Amino acid sequence: MIKNEEKPQMQVERSAASGMQHHLAASARAIPPSGIRRFFDLVSASKDKDIITLGVGEPDFVTPWRVRDAAVYALEKGKTQYTSNAGMPELREAIAGYLQSGFNVKYDPANEILVTVGGSEGIDLALRALIEPGDEILIPEPCYVSYSPITTLGGGVHVGIETFAEDQFKLTAESLRAAITPKSKVLILCYPSNPTGAIMTYEDLLPIAKIVEEHDLIVISDEIYAELTFTGQKHVSFASLPGMKDRTILVSGFSKAFAMTGWRMGYACGHPDLIGAMLRIHQYTIMCAPIMGQVAALESLTKGGLEEKDRMMESYNQRRRLVVQGFRDMGLECHEPQGAFYAFPSIRSTGLTSEQFAERLVLEAKVAAVPGNVFGKGGEGFLRCCYATSVAQLNEALERIHAFLRKLES
Amino acid sequence: MNQLKLSILDLLKEDARLSAATIATMLGAAEADVTSAIAEMEQEHVIVKYATVVNWSKVSDETVTALIEVECTPERGRGFESIAERIYLYPEVKSVFLMSGAYDLCVEIEGKNLKEVASFVSNKLSTIESVISTKTFFILKKYKQDGIVFEEFEDDHRMPVSP
Repeated sequence: MIKNEEKPQMQVERSAASGMQHHLAASARAIPPSGIRRFFDLVSASKDKDIITLGVGEPDFVTPWRVRDAAVYALEKGKTQYTSNAGMPELREAIAGYLQSGFNVKYDPANEILVTVGGSEGIDLALRALIEPGDEILIPEPCYVSYSPITTLGGGVHVGIETFAEDQFKLTAESLRAAITPKSKVLILCYPSNPTGAIMTYEDLLPIAKIVEEHDLIVISDEIYAELTFTGQKHVSFASLPGMKDRTILVSGFSKAFAMTGWRMGYACGHPDLIGAMLRIHQYTIMCAPIMGQVAALESLTKGGLEEKDRMMESYNQRRRLVVQGFRDMGLECHEPQGAFYAFPSIRSTGLTSEQFAERLVLEAKVAAVPGNVFGKGGEGFLRCCYATSVAQLNEALERIHAFLRKLES
Repeated sequence: MNQLKLSILDLLKEDARLSAATIATMLGAAEADVTSAIAEMEQEHVIVKYATVVNWSKVSDETVTALIEVECTPERGRGFESIAERIYLYPEVKSVFLMSGAYDLCVEIEGKNLKEVASFVSNKLSTIESVISTKTFFILKKYKQDGIVFEEFEDDHRMPVSP
């Protein structure tokens, strides 16, 4: 007995002495720590209650009560079991109905829809199902921070395609064409975009679709912000373009539009062959998305749930206008974000790098925002500011940033 | 009423101190249009006044609030109008509603203490000729009023920075 107790202790000592890094897979070692994490640590360490944060990536709304109530009720009724691997049939049907009426894409709930743990799992499954070592994954940047590391994990090669404020951060046909090689396999699209707020219209997407067809690419279309478009341009799902449905894995979820980030509820839709492969990985790794979240998601897609969503969308739009105007009034260039809930002003005029600016902004002006460079190519010189926070807080944050800029100038 | 006015009201009822300039930016409207819409609504008494919502239980000299169900006989030709008026003109009366159901008027009264409210009911309200009966219910605690929750709780649980 004594020997057994001593044994683990000795192991701990040995590991502390020599380190355990050499046991790690090369692919795991190759993933760099997230730039956002470093910034998170900086903000958290300050413990200053007075900091206003525009650094979040989630709604300021709590999940509507009717949705929370539905989940509580389901718990009371003892809904605590596994569901079918692909997700509750009634939820998949509701998702199919929602996508068809809202975005004009038709999926069969029987074999073309998979309920996932957040949109993130959908991205992971799609890339795992598609990547073979050496495959090139085309990623317009600046973009959400997960695509590149997941590509690396699968042995794929991440090929960033820089997008520019002058093009409203849209992906252009020329830059896509220039990045394509015989090894190109997948194009990841994330519009409306985190972090830039850019959208792609039908006309913007048509030439992209043509290239996708020409080069036999698969598109992973991360449409998690699909509901958040503000300038009268309704979101166009890439899968709704002529001939693109079979080539597209549509990934979306409930986090952003339905204020359900912590529930981790997402879904992926696509050709049965692709979704089938993703389902196989999903059933061995995750089994099924949590039942409580599925019940809540189902309630979100009822008439009442959708009305709650619309009310939230209008509120984002009001704050979007306020923030963009605020940045422009203080002399920062800020392209008009037409989707998501981020403004992406340029801070190049200050002569500071994104990281320098963001760090000093926290320490000297007590406003947290995310430096644009963490989102990849083309992000340097910009700042991601999430406007999903109260009007009073936004006004205060804008005032502080303005005062900080004046201080920099003097 | 047009959409602009409705949107303005939606914003003002949450924060009456928003300036016309801010409202105009938030709604993507011209500031002059917002200013004139607000002026019109003030004139039409759509906007009655810009008041402050106070949690009086936090103020040292606490008040007592009661809801009173009043049963009364309506008057020929005027219904409940003149009775309602006789009641709402008292400054201690905070609100008066005409109700469907078992009684007629619901009257909200505020007084310094229990005694004051009781005395108002017995001396002023019950003695009005057409009042048949009253039932007084004292409010023990306000949880939510006019859409505003009075309980204080931390409602932003978000991490300061997330992807």
